[in-house]
Amino acid sequence: MLAFTVCGSFWLEIVLKTNVLRRWKRALLSILPISTLFLIWDAYAIAQGHWFFNRDRMLGIYGPFDIPLEEFLFFIIVPMAAILTIEGVTTVKPHLREKEFGKDEK
Amino acid sequence: MIYSDIAVAAVFVAVCVDLFIFKNSLLTRLAFWLSYMIILPFQLMTNWWLTHLRSDGKAIVMYDPDSITGYRIAAAPIEDLLFGFALVLSVMGLWEFWGRRGFQRNKISR
Repeated sequence: MLAFTVCGSFWLEIVLKTNVLRRWKRALLSILPISTLFLIWDAYAIAQGHWFFNRDRMLGIYGPFDIPLEEFLFFIIVPMAAILTIEGVTTVKPHLREKEFGKDEK
Repeated sequence: MIYSDIAVAAVFVAVCVDLFIFKNSLLTRLAFWLSYMIILPFQLMTNWWLTHLRSDGKAIVMYDPDSITGYRIAAAPIEDLLFGFALVLSVMGLWEFWGRRGFQRNKISR
């Protein structure tokens, strides 16, 4: 599923030259604060048993609060895909960027 | 609080931050909704992959029936769509926030 998300979105970086991965500091500053909040939610949900994982189908590597490695990767790759998507959209449709995002763009 | 409560609260917080704290709200922009419309079918596909029952009678991710409303879309609890919406909106919002602040705003040409 994570590989699918990578394949589905990361080509935008190369084909559309979205330049998101090259602007990795801005990407990290956008992803890490949000991911931290969602991982706190994840830890709480796992502790409360809101959701649980089929351990036979997991890599078997667990981080703090019993959060599987896959979840940490999820909260990096999925937000990255989201940023790539909106940058892809505004690369293909630059007028959306100029009109809506780029008031002070030089 | 169960998953349903937290999911609704997460969307509420994400929407409030977008509308009232970030300038140039994403929720009023076509570019955001176009992006979300692209992301949604992919989310439904991956949700299905993670939550449909396999031959062993288990999914990869399972939910406590007492923690969800029980409404499911593409095998996954409807709460997952709220979860995804809050995640996508807040990450894109922060990305745009840094851009407006001029931090790595423009593409880096080489």
